[in-house]
Amino acid sequence: MNNLTLGAVKVGDTIPDFSYDVTATTVAFGAIATRDIRPMHHDKDFAQNRNGVKDIFLNTPNLAHWFERYVTDWTGPKGRPGRMKFRMKGSVFCGDTMVFKGTVTDVSTDDKGCGWVTVDVRVDVENATMTSCEARFAVPTGGSDNPWARKGDDWQP
Amino acid sequence: MSDLPGIVESWIGQRRHEEDGEFDVERGFVLTGCSSVENGNPLYWDEKVANEISGGWIAPPTMISVWCRPHFWAPYRDEEGLALRTHFDLKERLDCPEAIMSADELIFYEPVRMGERVKQYQILQSVTGPKTTKLGTGRFWNIQVGYENMKGDLLVREEIAGFGYKKEG
Repeated sequence: MNNLTLGAVKVGDTIPDFSYDVTATTVAFGAIATRDIRPMHHDKDFAQNRNGVKDIFLNTPNLAHWFERYVTDWTGPKGRPGRMKFRMKGSVFCGDTMVFKGTVTDVSTDDKGCGWVTVDVRVDVENATMTSCEARFAVPTGGSDNPWARKGDDWQP
Repeated sequence: MSDLPGIVESWIGQRRHEEDGEFDVERGFVLTGCSSVENGNPLYWDEKVANEISGGWIAPPTMISVWCRPHFWAPYRDEEGLALRTHFDLKERLDCPEAIMSADELIFYEPVRMGERVKQYQILQSVTGPKTTKLGTGRFWNIQVGYENMKGDLLVREEIAGFGYKKEG
């Protein structure tokens, strides 16, 4: 189990790439798991003939969970999301291989002593970015620190 | 002077669609969400880890919309339940049959815990004048969604940017 601490991170560090082959099951299961029954996420005929796209595609809430999972695989369970800002440029379709990539752009400690890392994350398909995400996660400043224990004024996402 | 319909103008800055989620946050659905993205974070699978780190079971923060999305069908509703109703209101009132989301920011506050009921509200923040892009002619809009638990603790604030449009031709 990873347990990333602030001192182990520096600007420019990269998170190992994560590649995943997206199937119809990936898309439909992701839609069901986010309770999204809109047809473009399970009905290929609708996606092609109504939306004019090549196939069914991942929905945004499920894609957000893929991003969270990618970052917390790196930080370990004490990594706590503060904010995630997504820019959608294209869709991830059934049949695509999506590749998550991440680079650390900032490492800091706020005035409450909370340690923060900012990571530029993106999901690429065939080297084109479909969605980018600026992810700000709190990580422990030391072995006994736990960002999840912060509340009220001590948590400034 | 704004060229927006008066009804749309009146929505800007106002809390609308304040609604309670239709079921409690529960672990079965958390695990379904984690399974869908193969999220093996022990915070969601190992009770000892959850107790030590987050003081008990919590939900992945990015799952927030799950707890407020209306059931697709329910016996007490005559029409399909819609998430983010402000977005659909704008499509209708501004005659924009098509729409895309171009940006979405999630800011996470208190963790979402099992057994909570999540409520939400939506605030239309801005709507631009007509713009033409490669998709068609329409308007950009920004909507804020606030998610709270029944104690009134802020859980997540979401800022969504959309573009509603008509295809050319």
